[in-house]
Amino acid sequence: MGALSHLRICDFTGQLAGAGATKWLAAFGAQVIRIEDPVTKGRWDILRGSPPFKDDRRGIEFGAGFQNHNVGKLGITLNVRTDRGKELLAELVRRSDAVTENFAAGVLERWGFGYPRLRELRPDIVYVSNCGFGQTGPYGTFKSWGPIAQAVSGLTFTSGLPDEDPAGWGYSFMDHTGGYAMAIAILMALFHRVRTGEGQWVDLSCTEAGAALHGPAMLDFDVNGRPMRRPGSPNSNRNAWPAMAPHGIYPGAGDDEWIAISCRDDAEWEALRTVAGAALPDRTAWASVRGRLDDQDALDAAVAAWTRGADRFATAAALRAAGVAAAPVRRPAERIDGDPATGAWPLWPTVAHGAMGDVRVDGLPVHLSETDWDMTTGAPLLGEHNDVVYGDLLGLSSSEIDGLRAEGVI
Amino acid sequence: MAGERGPLDGVRVVEIASEATAYAGKLLADHGATVVLVEPRAGSPLRWYEPFVDDVGDPERSLWWWHHQTSKHGVALDLDDPTDSRRLRALLAAADVVVEAEAPGRLAAAGLDPAAVRADAPRLVWTSITGYGPTDERSRQPFTDLTLLAEGGPVWSCGYDDHTLPPVRGGGGQAFNTGAHYAVMSILTALLYREHAGVGQRIDVNLYAAANVTTEFASYSWLVAGQTVQRQTGRHAAPNPSFPTQAATADGRHVNTGIPPRRPPEFRAVVAWLDELGIAEDFDGIGVLRLGAELDGEGEAGNVLDLAQIAEDDLMGEIFQSGRDAVIFIAAHVTAQEFMLGMQQRGMASGAINSPEEVLADPHFIARGWPTPVHQPELGRTVTYPGGPIRFGATPWSIRRTAPRLGEHDDTVFGSDGTVRFP
Repeated sequence: MGALSHLRICDFTGQLAGAGATKWLAAFGAQVIRIEDPVTKGRWDILRGSPPFKDDRRGIEFGAGFQNHNVGKLGITLNVRTDRGKELLAELVRRSDAVTENFAAGVLERWGFGYPRLRELRPDIVYVSNCGFGQTGPYGTFKSWGPIAQAVSGLTFTSGLPDEDPAGWGYSFMDHTGGYAMAIAILMALFHRVRTGEGQWVDLSCTEAGAALHGPAMLDFDVNGRPMRRPGSPNSNRNAWPAMAPHGIYPGAGDDEWIAISCRDDAEWEALRTVAGAALPDRTAWASVRGRLDDQDALDAAVAAWTRGADRFATAAALRAAGVAAAPVRRPAERIDGDPATGAWPLWPTVAHGAMGDVRVDGLPVHLSETDWDMTTGAPLLGEHNDVVYGDLLGLSSSEIDGLRAEGVI
Repeated sequence: MAGERGPLDGVRVVEIASEATAYAGKLLADHGATVVLVEPRAGSPLRWYEPFVDDVGDPERSLWWWHHQTSKHGVALDLDDPTDSRRLRALLAAADVVVEAEAPGRLAAAGLDPAAVRADAPRLVWTSITGYGPTDERSRQPFTDLTLLAEGGPVWSCGYDDHTLPPVRGGGGQAFNTGAHYAVMSILTALLYREHAGVGQRIDVNLYAAANVTTEFASYSWLVAGQTVQRQTGRHAAPNPSFPTQAATADGRHVNTGIPPRRPPEFRAVVAWLDELGIAEDFDGIGVLRLGAELDGEGEAGNVLDLAQIAEDDLMGEIFQSGRDAVIFIAAHVTAQEFMLGMQQRGMASGAINSPEEVLADPHFIARGWPTPVHQPELGRTVTYPGGPIRFGATPWSIRRTAPRLGEHDDTVFGSDGTVRFP
């Protein structure tokens, strides 16, 4: 039995910012019923047919991102433009603990399923809507996805090197993190409901969830008047909070090979000097963190001159053994197949997908001792579970379900 | 501040102070849980994290501490002192949730073995956050936000087109924040199960693993297709190079330009925008761009410029490219804010690249009441804190109290007779 096996989710989420949230719920046993539009063949979620592809097979059943983010869910089709579709949705809502979506603001309301209607159908319903800018405010109607939310929330700006453009995040960090915030929103609202009987509507704005991650910088501006947009700032490979030096990403021997090193205090700096030996210049001023911080460009150049000469894995291992925080910058292959610890976790479970066959996916970085997560089945094919949901859950006969198909309702 | 009703009202949490627990504890506390933060009698090293008020180093002036410890109560205890260890054990056993990130074995050595405490308190949800999992030797070695993100994958994907520059770690301590999100998701899952089945459990959160599964394409491009993504300036790392999506603006800032125009109405809107700005004839590609505006239809489904067609048809490819060039050209003539509003009002996604202080001043965030004024007793004035990550309709996020001073709640929590009490 899963931790959440007693819960049913009426799920309209897609992409990663939404689908990532209900992936968590499904992994812990919740019955997540993912609803897709038969008219557009589920393409509202562009990941359904987007690369990368396994074995170069293309189409709406082959998008690896969609598969990764929707493992363990049930999938049904439902045309909510039709009257019968609306009736069926109402039946599903009555039988669900939560309704989840990450459409643009107001979409569910336009379908006639805003929060007041959902509450009529089920008074203690938990409704979590998730969009880039939230349901209200001057940008409420703005379009967004991960990189936009990252830009507006400050995450893009705070990733970069001085005198360069923002580097930003080379992936949708805020799609992942928006999904985490959405999972937290659903779970907290369900917890409140189980304790009090009260449901609610939760308005999640991904830009707010992202902006909440910059507390010290915001307080530094409010209290000290120090903006992060100033000459020489940011340099996110260095560390100001707490102050550490050396602290950076340095070259290793070879092409595009890098190693991260952090000396948290003077003792670790001495330990690094012992490992590097004569390869580092002996400067008295560098014995204290203040002296190293004041001379960081020269310090970084000296460390880089040393690290450039050796294999990054060997350097990192020697530094770690000496008590210095260090790590090779790992390529995907080097952390997925090259680090036995991730396989043993197991962080890359293989699931069975109806069209793609066996596929490895992102697992979860946690374990729960009594009710751990489980991932065995892949993302649903379009309408794969229509018979199960409309038949077993809603009690329709197979001829009624055939009729819905014929009428384009499902 | 006080008097708000949160979704976690009545949940009693003990947090043993660590950089890795701080944001998880804050998420729980700002949503109503009673969080007792345990730190050494000499004060947590986190109190010495910069920045400080007026740059004066002092354990009660760390803004890092102020942000991460909101809504928590604080007690000071030394784990290695037998009396303190007994008091802490009583506190742990009385809690609903424990969150700690001590090196594996550290608490057992202090007489606080999680298995033993749980045996006395079967409903307890005990959460251990480690660098690399409970059995990996690397969890006992030093690690930082930087080394976790380097080893766990995010750094490989972030940086610049120019690969002579090092890859970049994103700022803000995100390895720990991501771990905190996973810790809170796990705790809530365990609490829901406890409400249902009556038992607690042990949770392990692995920070390195959390970074590994927070890299989007990087992981699953390798998992399904054996492809290795390569970092690019301001956009997704990808197996093959893609076009820039970041542009400089007239005010010295930058914007994310989103997806370029693909439908005739979008081309028409961009042409009209160039005309409004009086710069249409300065744009080299204006002729081709106008061809895009003259394409038939409204661009629903079939009339979106088809990627296959762009690849095979020289003119369609040129039209598509002129749309990309046009928005970058416009960006250079307007401010970042004007560009974002201009694109969005024309139905195209775009975002201004804000610094954290610019977020606090943004009209949308202000209209939603996101910047949060809090009376700060140490300063005798109001300080603006970041708002919450989630907007609950019935049980709002709020900052219940400012970060605890060292030992502020010792007498509240620990009775002279050896009893413990949650505030």
